[in-house]
Formats: sequence, C-alpha cells, structure tokens
Amino acid sequence: MIRIFHDIKIDWLGKRRFFIGLSILLMLAGMGTALYRHKFHPNGTDAFNLGVDFKGGTVITARFKQPPTVETLRAAISNAGVHDAVIQPVLDKAGEFLIKVPHQGAADVATESQAGVDAARAKVRQALNNFGSEADPTLRLEDDAKATYKIEGTDAVGQVASKQLRTQAIAVTVAALVGMLLFIAFRFEWTYGAAAVIAVFHTVLVTLGLFSIFQLEINLTVIAALLTLVGFDVNDSIVIFDRIRENRKLYRRMSLYDVTNLSINQTLSRTVITSGLVFLSVVSLVLLGGETLRPFSLALLMGILFGTYDTIAVAGPIMVWWERRLAASEKVAPANQRGMGVPVQGKAARIEAGRNSVGKPSKVA
Amino acid sequence: MKKRNLLQRSIIIAIVTVVGFYMVIGPRGRRPHLNDFKWSGIKANLAQNIHLGLDLKGGSHLVMRVKVEEYLKRLTEDSAVAAQNAAKDAGFEVKEAHAETANGDYRVVMTANDTSKIKDMREAVQKKVDLSDNAGWSFSSSGPTMTWSLNGTTQRSLAESATEQALKIIESRINAVGVAEPTLQRHGGQNSHQILLQMPGIQDPEHVKQLLVGESHLELVHVISPPNPSPAQTYFSKEEAMSSLNSGGNIPANRRLLPYTERADLNSTDANAKAPKPVKYVVVESPAIIDGVELRTASAIPERAGGDKYQISFSLKKSGADKFGTWTGANINEYMGVVLNNEVKSIAFIKSQIFDQGEITGNFTKEQGEDLALTLRSGALPAPIEYQEERTVGPSLGADSIRSGVRASVLGLALVVAFMLFYYRGSGVNAIVALLLNMILMLAGLIMFGATLTLPGIAGIILTIGMAVDSNVLIFERIREEMRSGKTIPSAVEQGFKHAFVTIIDTHVTTIVSSVFLYFFSSGAPMIRGFAVTLALGLVVNLFSAVYVSRTIFIWLLSRKGRRVESLSI
Repeated sequence: MIRIFHDIKIDWLGKRRFFIGLSILLMLAGMGTALYRHKFHPNGTDAFNLGVDFKGGTVITARFKQPPTVETLRAAISNAGVHDAVIQPVLDKAGEFLIKVPHQGAADVATESQAGVDAARAKVRQALNNFGSEADPTLRLEDDAKATYKIEGTDAVGQVASKQLRTQAIAVTVAALVGMLLFIAFRFEWTYGAAAVIAVFHTVLVTLGLFSIFQLEINLTVIAALLTLVGFDVNDSIVIFDRIRENRKLYRRMSLYDVTNLSINQTLSRTVITSGLVFLSVVSLVLLGGETLRPFSLALLMGILFGTYDTIAVAGPIMVWWERRLAASEKVAPANQRGMGVPVQGKAARIEAGRNSVGKPSKVA
Repeated sequence: MKKRNLLQRSIIIAIVTVVGFYMVIGPRGRRPHLNDFKWSGIKANLAQNIHLGLDLKGGSHLVMRVKVEEYLKRLTEDSAVAAQNAAKDAGFEVKEAHAETANGDYRVVMTANDTSKIKDMREAVQKKVDLSDNAGWSFSSSGPTMTWSLNGTTQRSLAESATEQALKIIESRINAVGVAEPTLQRHGGQNSHQILLQMPGIQDPEHVKQLLVGESHLELVHVISPPNPSPAQTYFSKEEAMSSLNSGGNIPANRRLLPYTERADLNSTDANAKAPKPVKYVVVESPAIIDGVELRTASAIPERAGGDKYQISFSLKKSGADKFGTWTGANINEYMGVVLNNEVKSIAFIKSQIFDQGEITGNFTKEQGEDLALTLRSGALPAPIEYQEERTVGPSLGADSIRSGVRASVLGLALVVAFMLFYYRGSGVNAIVALLLNMILMLAGLIMFGATLTLPGIAGIILTIGMAVDSNVLIFERIREEMRSGKTIPSAVEQGFKHAFVTIIDTHVTTIVSSVFLYFFSSGAPMIRGFAVTLALGLVVNLFSAVYVSRTIFIWLLSRKGRRVESLSI
C-alpha cells in the first residue's frame, strides 16, 4: 500500500497567526492592486480586465489564409474608423485573430443606439476587406478559393445587456454563498457555515486579486469557474467538519482545538489526493482547452490551489476561534438567563455540552 | 454480505447501464438494426442524440429588447390627443392638452378654460377614452388642470403584454423567412422585456436581423390641403409648415407634421422629372383614418409588368374597410396620404368611395418590397426593438471547441486513471468503472432532459470527473484507515462506506444547492445555465455510480474470496 502521509501530527491551528497573516497579505495585495488600478489607471488599465460580457463591446474572431501582421491589421482597422481596438493573435490556431473593439457610439446607456451593437462588426469587416474578400458564409475558408479571410465568430454585447450581466454575476455568486451558508448551518452549526463561507470568500477574493494583478480577462465563464471553486472549496471544508463532528463524539474529553487538528490531519491525504487530481484535470484544461476556455481554466487553476490551502489554514482556525468566543461569552451570561427560563434540551443541550470542553490546547494529540 | 443482495444490486446496475448506453448511442424513433453496432452507426446516433449548443454547433444568438417605454409613451400621447378631441367634441373649451412622459411617469395633462367645468369634462372624456381607474389611470386635479397618470402596476402589465405581442410578431416573421429550427423565447427576468433568438447554422444574421425589427407602422391619413383640383398642399421646410398652423410654434394635438419625398419619375425623358426630389413636409390630421391594425393582407407586386420596381398592394379587414368607406365617401376630392413609419409615401385625392384596397408605392426593389410586405402582414411591432447581444459562431470555430474540449477531457481522465491505478491498485479499477459509468449516465441524463451541451457544459463534465474521483478517494482512504485501526477487511469496507457516505452526501448536496442557485440566477446567461445543468446532473449520477456501484463491486470481490478475507488490493 502506497501512502503519502504516515501518522501526521501537525499542529495546524498553532500556526494560525502565520496562515491568517499570509491570507490577509494575499487579499490585500490583490485588492490593493485593483484599487490602485481603479484610481490611477497605469498603462490604461482598470481594476479588472472585464471582457465584452461585462463591459460591452464586440469581439470578432477572424481567420486568414495568409495572416497579415498585427500592425498592418491594426492600421487597417484604425483607418476604418475603429479606435482602441485590441488585436490578439490566437496562440494555438495559426492565422486566427481576436479583434476586440470597445463599444461604439454613444456611451450613454439611456440613448443606446441600434448602431451600438451592430456597428463594430460592419466596420471591422470593411477594414478586413482591404486584405481581400470574405469567404461565402455557407463555405469553410479553405473551400472558398477566392476568399482570403473569414469572420468565424462575433460576440457583441450592448451597454444595457453588459450591465445586466454584471449585476447578475454578482447576484449569482452571493446567492451561491448564502445557499451554502444556510445548508451548512442546517447540517452543522452556523459558526461552521460562517467559517466555511469566509474561507470561500477569501479564495474568491484572492483569485479575483490575481486576475487584477495579471490583468487576465474576466468574462462569463470566469464567473462559472468562481462558482465551481465555491463548490469545491466548501466540499473540502465539509469533509473536515464532518470529521470534526464524528471525532467529537468519539473523543468527548478532547478540546475542540485538538479535535480540529486531529481531523485535519486524518483527512489530509484525501485533501491532497483529491485536490491533486482535480488540479491535474484543470491543468489539462489549461493546456488543451483552447483560447475560449482559457480564462475559465486559469481561474480554476488558481482557485484550486488557494481553496485547498484555505480549508486548512482559514476555515479551521476561524471556526475554533468563533466557538471559543461563544464559549467565553456564555461563561459571562449563564445559560439559564439566555434561555429565558425555557429548559435547555435537544440540540441546544448538545451545543452547551460541547462548548464546555472548548478550552486551551491539551497535551493529548 | 448476502448473496441475494448482491444479485439484486447487480440486476439494478445492469439495467441502468444498458438503458444509459442505449440512450446515448441507440437510435431514436426507430428499431435498432445491424448498422447501429458499427462505429459509423454509433457516431451518427451519438451526433443525433446529443443536442449541441450554438457555441459548439455554430449559429447566431441574438438578444433583443422591446423598448416598452416607447410603447407607453406612444400610448400616453395617443390618449392625450384622444382626450382633447373627446372634450372638444362634447363642447368643452380646452386650453391645452399634452402628454408627460419622463422618468418612468406617464401622464395625460389637460387644462380647461373654466375650472368649474372640469368634473363634467372628465366625465365626457372618460366616456370616450378609457382613462378610468379600472384601466389603471389615476385622476387628480388642481385648479383647471386635470391629470391622469398611469399607475405602476398597469405600466408593468402593459409592458409585459407588449413584449408578448412583440414575441408573437417576431415568431411569425421568423417562420415566414424560413429559418431552420429557430429557438425563440423570453430572456432574462420578468421586467427585462428581452427576447432571445437562436438560429443554428446562420452565420451572418444581418438580413434576418433587419427584417425582424423592421418597423411597419402603416397609417392612412387625411392630408390638410385645399381639395382637388388645386394640388396637394406641401411645404418646402418644417418652419414653413409650422407657420401654416398658426399656433404659435406648437403643433396642436390633432395635427402632425410629416416628411414627404415626392417620387422621381424615372421613366420620364425630362431630366428635371427624373432627378431625385427634395424632402418636403405636409400637415396631416391626427389621429389617422386607418391604422395598420386594420390591415388584412399585403403583398409585393411589380409596378409595371416586367419592371424591376415593386409596390405593395394591401387590403383591409371588414371593420377597417367600413371606416375607410365611410370616410372616403364623405371626403371626395380631399387629399389622403399613405404613411409608413412616420413618413408620407404617397399622396392622392379621393376620386370615389374606396373600401378595402390600397397600395404603397415607393421605388422598392424586389427584396425591399417583399420584406416590407412580410413585416406588414405580420403586424406592426408594438414598440421599437433594439439588439443588445449578438453572438455568432462559425461551424469550424465550434468544431475546434469540441475538439479541444474532448482532448482536455481525455487527457484529464487518463491522468486520473493512471493515478488511481498506481495508488489504489486493484481498487483503482473499481474507481475507473464508476467513473466511466458516471460519464455515460451523465450523457444519458442530458439526452433524457433534452438539455443542450455547451462549452461550459464540457467544463462541467470535467469538474464532475473531479467530484467523482473525490468520492472514491474519500471511500478508499476511509477503508484504509479502518484497516489500519485493526478491523477485519469486510468490516473495514463496511465502515469505510458508512462513514464516507455521510461526507459524500454533504459535499454533493452543497454543490447541488449551489448549482440550483446558479440555474435560477442565470436566466440571462444560457451558457452558465448549461454548466449548472451538467454539474448538477453529474453529481446526482455520481451518488449512484461512485457509492452504489463501487460498493457492489467490493461486495462481489469479498464474496468471491469467501469468509476469511486476508488481503484487499487498495
């Protein structure tokens, strides 16, 4: 039997100051960069490099038989009256370019004109016609002898629609977090739920921070990736929480601090193997998934790394800290007063009993 | 474990597997024949069964919004004109009437000359124009000024019905153009007034786009002019037309000022007659005699036999024809104009009473004429429509995406399989069987629910692989732990499954909960929806394949080894 870990006895919680400090540092770095970019726009950047889905505008995918250089392409497009176009060769497909054009026409949302969504495609097509004619829409580029290029795809999103998508993306993420908080609170205690959600929120913030630092594009698929992360991350936390719940029944005398350490250590091999395997799948997605899925795969890649880290380093400590505070406040306000004279029974009684054993770390591990 | 239990489990698994396989690679709607078992037959069936999304298959994805605020604005303006006319007809003096349509408020405001008469005026107006409380207009007055404002609930329900109406009209236009297998549906939330149109295989949607939102508001109006034989009264500038109204720079509610371009006579030998004519203006009476709603049919016909110019000939419904007949009968020698989208297309005097036939001339080409006739037949859109999102994917781009998605999945799967075999040895096979079954059943589920497979959907499949492996890792690690603590192998397997099951349920339900949230909050992003559907489906299937099937294999292995099992390859 091959084993990665043999009887680990790491005091994870003992290192909580270091872990929490590191997490805060990572979050601050990301959010700091975002704020700095938001305020000062170095090199014309914004807090986040939002894709057309969230910013509005048009992306045109064009393929050439004999690809021109990016400079000549840019000059032709600029001559057609489209400014600030970003031209990006597709790395894994020869002759293919992504031409990103910001929203044309009135910037005012209220007066969005028909031309807004339609104009860019027409103008870019006019520019590309300088290089030769476009392939017949019913034919493949290779099959049309006269053609030199073909517009393979367009994504045009108007101002109103992009604003809607933005609102919706935030709503979806928040809703997913709230849904998980409620479910964990129902299955465990609400402190567990809160700890798991804070840990996930931390992962999301760190991932977004990295997207800001490296100016990676954020589009709809990145939101899908973030939501997947939320799922995976909470999974990891639940596996540990489940173990804690089980161990508390087994070792009634052990403090929560030790039970948590024990549970993290017991599930460590599972955490590492699963994360490692998911990581492998995601790496293959990054390598072979193509340009369209790239932002999605990159978001997942970062998120898996930080998600694994924060389950151990963030969720556990926060939960233990919170439970301890509750236990401390209960000593000040006796249970019978808080209960307003109603006999404590059932689930409540179990919590009380559990909290009594929350104390300083004992020597038993 | 009991023998019968094992048999029962095996039968269930066999049935589910066979049904799953048949769903994925079996033929639909006919009995299978020999060819279905060949590679080419399997491929053909697979392609037929799995509905690919537009991002994989190629096509156009258009999101349009009905400008309902324009609809409410027109409604309010029309009501203001009607209210003023109703008050005047009843013999009241109206100082002024107008519509206020700003900041989401829609009001008809009318000022009387005599404050004491407003109660009677209101009654007279509401007798003819539906500005009642029941119709959603709330009335208030201050001094001689009466105000009817459209309340919020009614605004929303009117906007909603305008959107539904637009959807129907667009549907009839789409059907008339003959796009293959279009999907047309409401998009986004209830108050977003959006319509989503997906057209597989259409790469350049320009023509269809123009046609769909083409406005076709047809009106027959009375042109204010001295009657025939003097020529129709036209003005060379807006200002000139305005001053003819003698109303101090305002257009009264019962008049409209419309542009009119006289047609050049292309067949004339006189260069003057052939040259394009400048835009002129005419004053017409409001409301129109006949509105496009009264239209029965319209078609494009050549102006002259063999010519390349087309005109639209139309006929009116019974109710419209009666109204038209009465008006034309009473107004012989008066001038009448055909107005299309607020532009006068032609002016003619009434020779004799006309009932239900008419024509629109305007130098149309064949295509323009046919498109116009089509939009006229399908009815006028209640409000203008704007495009908000347009995504087109060429078939080769879609094929590339499939290829890279499949490649990434295969590589991911291969890496996972290699690791499982290396780390868990014999039990790794167990996990792999569960994993493959998971993928087949997931596809079967997609087919069963008629869901479409999109690019994010493929990503969802890859993530399900991750979750499925996780379940096996959880179980195996737990079994190992139980074995280390000195339990016998059968009891370690049993305890392992028992403990891991709680965790697996918790993790799966959490992710399914978030997929459900994802589904309901992603009405504006069908791509994300595809992801949520595949993920949720994959997880549900996983509970079967990773827990039930995997357990059965263990039971089978242990039962083969007899009562005293000494080793387990894990």
